[in-house]
Amino acid sequence: MTALTNHAPVLLIAIPLLGAFAVPLIGKLGRTARNTFVGFIAAITAAFAGLLAASVFGQAGAPSLYVLGGHGFAVPLPSGMSVPIRILLEVDGMGAFMALITALITLTGAFFSFSYWKGRSGGTLFYSLLMLLTAGIFGMELTGDMFNFFVFLEVTSIAACGLIGFRVWLKTSQEAGFKVMALYTLSGLFVLLAVGLLYGQYGGLNIAYLAGALTGSTIDIVALGLLLTGLALKAGAVPLHMWAPDAYGEAPAPMSAVLVANSQASLYGLFRVLFTLFGLTISVAALGWILIVLALLTIFVGVTMALIQNDIKRLIAYGAVSQIGYMLLGVGVGLAVSVAKPDYGFVAMQGGIFHMLNDAACIGLLFFASGAIVRATGTRDLNRMGGLAHSMKWTSVLFLVGAFALAGVPPFNGFASKFLIYEASFKLSPFLAVIAILSSILLLAVFVKVFQAAFLGARQEGLGGEAPMGMMVPMVALALVVVAFGLFPGFFVDRIVTPAVNALWYGREAYIGLVLGGG
Amino acid sequence: MNIGNLPFVVAALLVVFGIYTFLFKRNLIKLVIGVSLVETGVNLFLVTLGYRTGGIAPIWTFAPEAERMVLPTPQALTLTSIVIGLATTALLLSFAVFIHRHYGTLDVRKVKELRG
Repeated sequence: MTALTNHAPVLLIAIPLLGAFAVPLIGKLGRTARNTFVGFIAAITAAFAGLLAASVFGQAGAPSLYVLGGHGFAVPLPSGMSVPIRILLEVDGMGAFMALITALITLTGAFFSFSYWKGRSGGTLFYSLLMLLTAGIFGMELTGDMFNFFVFLEVTSIAACGLIGFRVWLKTSQEAGFKVMALYTLSGLFVLLAVGLLYGQYGGLNIAYLAGALTGSTIDIVALGLLLTGLALKAGAVPLHMWAPDAYGEAPAPMSAVLVANSQASLYGLFRVLFTLFGLTISVAALGWILIVLALLTIFVGVTMALIQNDIKRLIAYGAVSQIGYMLLGVGVGLAVSVAKPDYGFVAMQGGIFHMLNDAACIGLLFFASGAIVRATGTRDLNRMGGLAHSMKWTSVLFLVGAFALAGVPPFNGFASKFLIYEASFKLSPFLAVIAILSSILLLAVFVKVFQAAFLGARQEGLGGEAPMGMMVPMVALALVVVAFGLFPGFFVDRIVTPAVNALWYGREAYIGLVLGGG
Repeated sequence: MNIGNLPFVVAALLVVFGIYTFLFKRNLIKLVIGVSLVETGVNLFLVTLGYRTGGIAPIWTFAPEAERMVLPTPQALTLTSIVIGLATTALLLSFAVFIHRHYGTLDVRKVKELRG
């Protein structure tokens, strides 16, 4: 068991990667064999993520190391060297937390897809790309090396755009695919340029080594600016959000949820860069305020654009964009005050990080429900739906749970994390909290409108019935997560969120020291 | 011949031209060219980073004594980046082909069903 736990970081990347290339071969054996294989790979990956998280959170989120190509997996420096030259995976509380989110969404997404994809062509391509995307997201979250981060970022970009555009017979999916791929490529190149600038100055690519060597020179600031732009673009923060509604809206419904997990992984990269790589070598207060301004714009634009949509998936997509703003707000408030480290800064970070998990669960639930609705009605246009509650009782209840959670209504999980963000941002400036609360109320109004348009009203003839069991189980699983996190937030905040925040807020020295020794 | 910082200037110019093309051109193929230009600029920047004046290829076996070597890591980075660039360019161009098939045009002003 310990051997498995020790090797979990690399297996989390290797297993889905192997799966991605094996799926087309196993697909030749027939659909049942293929689906069994995909389900097996997704389940085993999720199990390793759970194992990794259990071990990391068992040590209160202390970082652990995995070295590839050395004579032992825990020896970062070859004898006589002071620079880490090998490929390192470094997992701390934050990385394990993100791995949990990814595992939750990819597992439920894969199982939802079995039923969603039944009777349609292109399934083998779809599962292959899903596995590749999973491997890339895990890679971004677990790597301890800036260049590997870039490589995994590009792996997710290519796989994500494949998933958006692989249905070449759909007109809009090609448009979305082109737009998203072009912007993702630019974002990746910005990151690569920044990695080059850092390498040119310090001669290393390892995050811990670079963090120990950074001086905060002008070139460092340029590199930070490039990283901030590139990663904010990939995370879908306003004003670089124009790809996000297209991507989430045009991808197959279960994959929209995985794309949100992908955006969150970029957000994780941004937080890692800000807290671990740069830390206090730069003026963090100014950066914190930049994040806060981005956050308010993202929240506001996301919600107001959701208001005017008639396409159910595009509407949820704008809701997803706005939630990225809440995460940025929580972490931005934390960053703005991270020199003095007051209590409310920590609370703000808890809110922001906790909201990543909550958002993944409830946005996932909403996208899955939209998939079930589109499957039953054959349209995404809200004006042509109505009366679905007659034939889809359970789906309507689950949709409502997701919508309330997203809008931050108690007792669902969105409230638990948003409340922490409101509370802490109010202490920094009441204006921030007012915008955040007002936007949440507006979001609730948007989803009440959707619910009324799609589910209420007279029964329409000729619609499909309730979602099949294969769709229902993943949706119920996510709904249980939503409700559990909403009812017992203290339990989960203490066990998994606080170690994750500690890793960012206090963990810089431990992260560096583990690789360089002593620190 | 000492060329000093000229490669860095060229790399920066390539990136700027690429971003200009990406922002202001209307043809999808030209957008792909813009992205490629940025990519080439970044690759040139990486190779230049590792260059040492008068350096030889970084291969230890049979290397002449007391010679300077260029840095191997940026070359490895560049190779990886070129391979990734190949994949992204291929994907972008295939999207452009399908867009042309569906919309009958490559003009971005006419390819805009997804708005707002």
